[in-house]
Amino acid sequence: MSQSLARLQWPFVIQAGDVVKVRLLVQHPMHTGYQQDMEGRLIARNVLVWLTCTLDGQQVFRVEPSSGIAANPYFEFFVRARASADMVVQWQDDLGVMGEWRQRMDVAERKTPGP
Amino acid sequence: MSLVWHWFAIVFALGTGALALAQPQPSRGLAPDQLRSGLAFAGPDVQRLQADAFANPGLLWLTRGKALWAQGAGPLKQSCQDCHGRQAESMRGLAARYPRLAPNTGQLVNLEDQIRACRTQRQQATDWAFESEELLAMTLYVTDASTGLPLHMSPDPALATHLQAGAALYQRRQGQLNLSCAQCHDQQQGRRLYSDRLSQGQPNGYPVYRLEWQTLGSLERRLRSCYVGIRAEPPPWGDLRMRQLALYLTWRGEGLPIEVPAVRK
Repeated sequence: MSQSLARLQWPFVIQAGDVVKVRLLVQHPMHTGYQQDMEGRLIARNVLVWLTCTLDGQQVFRVEPSSGIAANPYFEFFVRARASADMVVQWQDDLGVMGEWRQRMDVAERKTPGP
Repeated sequence: MSLVWHWFAIVFALGTGALALAQPQPSRGLAPDQLRSGLAFAGPDVQRLQADAFANPGLLWLTRGKALWAQGAGPLKQSCQDCHGRQAESMRGLAARYPRLAPNTGQLVNLEDQIRACRTQRQQATDWAFESEELLAMTLYVTDASTGLPLHMSPDPALATHLQAGAALYQRRQGQLNLSCAQCHDQQQGRRLYSDRLSQGQPNGYPVYRLEWQTLGSLERRLRSCYVGIRAEPPPWGDLRMRQLALYLTWRGEGLPIEVPAVRK
């Protein structure tokens, strides 16, 4: 299936300046090249070559997964949220298929003293 | 002479009638309070992953299924939603009663068969193959409407022969290891087979995300895995015996709540 699908999660309420944990789940089979399909034929290797996350145009996370990463890979990382912005996840696999997923991160003005 | 024959015929007819009525109920093997979902036999890491409302990988297919539900297909661009409305109401409890007899053909069908029939006959759209992402996603989405509801076999009396056949298959030793389903899942449940704990073989978490498969898979695929495990030749895809076995499992697990998206090792 070629449609790209991912899940992104961060805390429900974010105040400007908070360092927040971002959770990311990407749908990808991550075929190692050693698995077989339902008819017993070998499936060609197809794993994510690279995956990046940009927040407000700035790259905040990059990973180059190999065949050692399980299917539907899960990542966690931390970012400092300064203002509401789009988080854009992009990736490319061995077949050259590109994926993209974007989600709006809403950041409220700081009400409590900053970290 | 003819009177004797009449008498004989009457006794014979009564006898077979009584036999049909007294057709032995297959054995359930487990009392209702002994029923345990496969989750109870899974390790803590698997239990945690299933409980994680974000990271449970099955949720990816659930999202996909939700999108497919509203997506038009076929020449009329009809979607599931156009006929069935909201999944949460129209599909509620449905998955807990499968397999059942298709009303139009009288054949024993599982949920996947029903979705495929709907797809090709009603929507007249391209077929979804067994274990295709789309079929799994839609099956999961439909099943999700029954989450928490107990398995309950459809009360159709015409299911009796299929139930008998499924029960017989469950008890039959087969394969090079000469094992029956019952020997592992009734008699040895909870004990270890290599690094795994043997579950009761309950069908309440399907389609399931299996770490071994690294993807979502149907009950039929899981049953085929068991066939391979005991070195038996799996029946062809879509075979009636798999539906009969699934029917027996549903009946055997009656009362156990549907639990999707489930994660298993």
